Amino acid sequence: MSVDQATVRRIARLARIEVKDDEVPHLQEELNAILAFVEELSAVDVEGVEPMTSVTPMKLRMREDKVTDHAGADVVVANAPDHEDHFFSVPKVVE
Amino acid sequence: MTDLTGQTIAQARDGLARGDFTAVELADAHIAKIEKARGLNAFVTETPEQARAMAAQSDKRRSEGNVLPLDGIPLGIKDLYATEGVHTQSCSHILDAFKPKYESTVTANLWRDGAVMLGKLNMDEFAMGSSNETSYYGPVASPWLPPNWPEDKARAALAGNKQGLLVPGGSSGGSASAVAARLCLGATASDTGGSIRQPAAFTGTVGIKPTYGRCSRWGMVAFASSLDQAGPITRDVRDAAIMLKSMAGFDAKDSTCADLPVPDYEASIGKSVKGLKIGIPKEYRMDGMPEEIEALWQKGIDWLKDAGAEIVEVSLPHTRTALPAYYIVAPAEASSNLARYDGVRYGLRVPGRDIADMYQKTRAEGFGKEVRRRIMIGTYVLSAGYYDAYYLRAQKIRTLIKQDFEKVFDTGVDALLTPATPSAAFGIGEKAGADPVEMYLNDVFTVTVNMAGLPGIAVPGGLSGEGLPLGLQLIGRPFDEETLFTLGSAIEKAAGTIDLPEPWWT
Repeated sequence: MSVDQATVRRIARLARIEVKDDEVPHLQEELNAILAFVEELSAVDVEGVEPMTSVTPMKLRMREDKVTDHAGADVVVANAPDHEDHFFSVPKVVE
Repeated sequence: MTDLTGQTIAQARDGLARGDFTAVELADAHIAKIEKARGLNAFVTETPEQARAMAAQSDKRRSEGNVLPLDGIPLGIKDLYATEGVHTQSCSHILDAFKPKYESTVTANLWRDGAVMLGKLNMDEFAMGSSNETSYYGPVASPWLPPNWPEDKARAALAGNKQGLLVPGGSSGGSASAVAARLCLGATASDTGGSIRQPAAFTGTVGIKPTYGRCSRWGMVAFASSLDQAGPITRDVRDAAIMLKSMAGFDAKDSTCADLPVPDYEASIGKSVKGLKIGIPKEYRMDGMPEEIEALWQKGIDWLKDAGAEIVEVSLPHTRTALPAYYIVAPAEASSNLARYDGVRYGLRVPGRDIADMYQKTRAEGFGKEVRRRIMIGTYVLSAGYYDAYYLRAQKIRTLIKQDFEKVFDTGVDALLTPATPSAAFGIGEKAGADPVEMYLNDVFTVTVNMAGLPGIAVPGGLSGEGLPLGLQLIGRPFDEETLFTLGSAIEKAAGTIDLPEPWWT
């Protein structure tokens, strides 16, 4: 399988990465090189094989539903590029 | 006083215990070396004040008779470990100015045991790379001189764009370069497809990727969560055992962290390998493998045989599929993990006309080329209509890869011996061509281990014809790092010490 330029643009949009027009052909070439590399997997017989969900056998642990190490709102917003009154500020979302 | 920076962790531990030098003196000796080695670009942040304060506390503890396992040992920390109040960016522009308000479990464990932090180490951006050339902070140079390069030529390159100097490997390139250049006694690293073992092999150092779940991933910047694992890079096998003992252990904050006791790994060093059954996987004999890699592998086989181990040929039929399957699974997980970088909660924000535009501009500017490429591949293989053909198929192949290993271990094989890398280190800029796959092939011998969640150690085996280090890899059963330390120390003993390069970079 290989991707065309429209697909490259669609993937970029899904990934929320802005791609300029002059970057598209190069990206297309690189993505197709990787897709060609993984192409040989289509020849592997995977009939009846369970997909891996956990690499080591382990049971997901449960814990009590309570606050553990909450450090406070000041700490949560400390690294935000823009914040106000313990809220993250973003460009207007609703008109 | 002799050079304090040329010691192993074990030697420094003994010297501190005898009172030959203090932790502050040991820290100062390293701080001075780091300042003179800035050209290598191994450190992205130096923390000398913190190092001296931690060392002073260590000296105080010692004077009070309260000595911890790693007391006063100065270490470098890979930039993807969250260190409270200190630069933590996974060497990406998108985490600009991020200073976590918390400490990763692995580094917290090291400080609990008395270790001293010298600073944060360079790495490939988000650990995506095999040469440390994708870092936002620029490439790291290996302390090993390129073949036939005079020192003044190398110094000129170091002061310039570094082209032609050797890569230290990646993604833990800063860790490997710093340990080989004696800028720290040991370093934390991490391994998703070979990022501990390949740089260790390229620099003549030792690196172990433990079993998935052995170390907590809490507070490590995530790349591919089902493959990522912490581990150390050190100058010998004993030091790797000492560091891993402190790094490993159960942590309730990582749901995939194993609730198992941590053995005294150092006790495995120097044990007899008599009667151990070592598998040699025939599929690792790749077409076009350089003769010297083949010769190194044979030497490794002979050393273990001479030491009393039993050598058997084994088959891992799905070996060839591991690397392509990895390049579906790892980008898929990365595209999901890296969705959190949106310019809202931390790091870089590039303004846009609306919120979607802000996301797109922030992520376009904040991620480097390789990271963007992998996010896009990951997004594609997870997208509607392609999920079954790519991602689901790759996860099935992962099951087959793991079953290959299980079948071999079921026949009584204790560990496998392979080369660590398909070649010695290459030059900075040498693989900058259009095809990203050429770089990916570096991990062909290491990536199977991550896909199966197994432990793997890289140990120096000797030098190439051009005088560059080459490494051997040992692969173990799940949670049997002890056998790897025993076998690794046997190889180390037989191979003899590799003389690390004398400082030309100062």
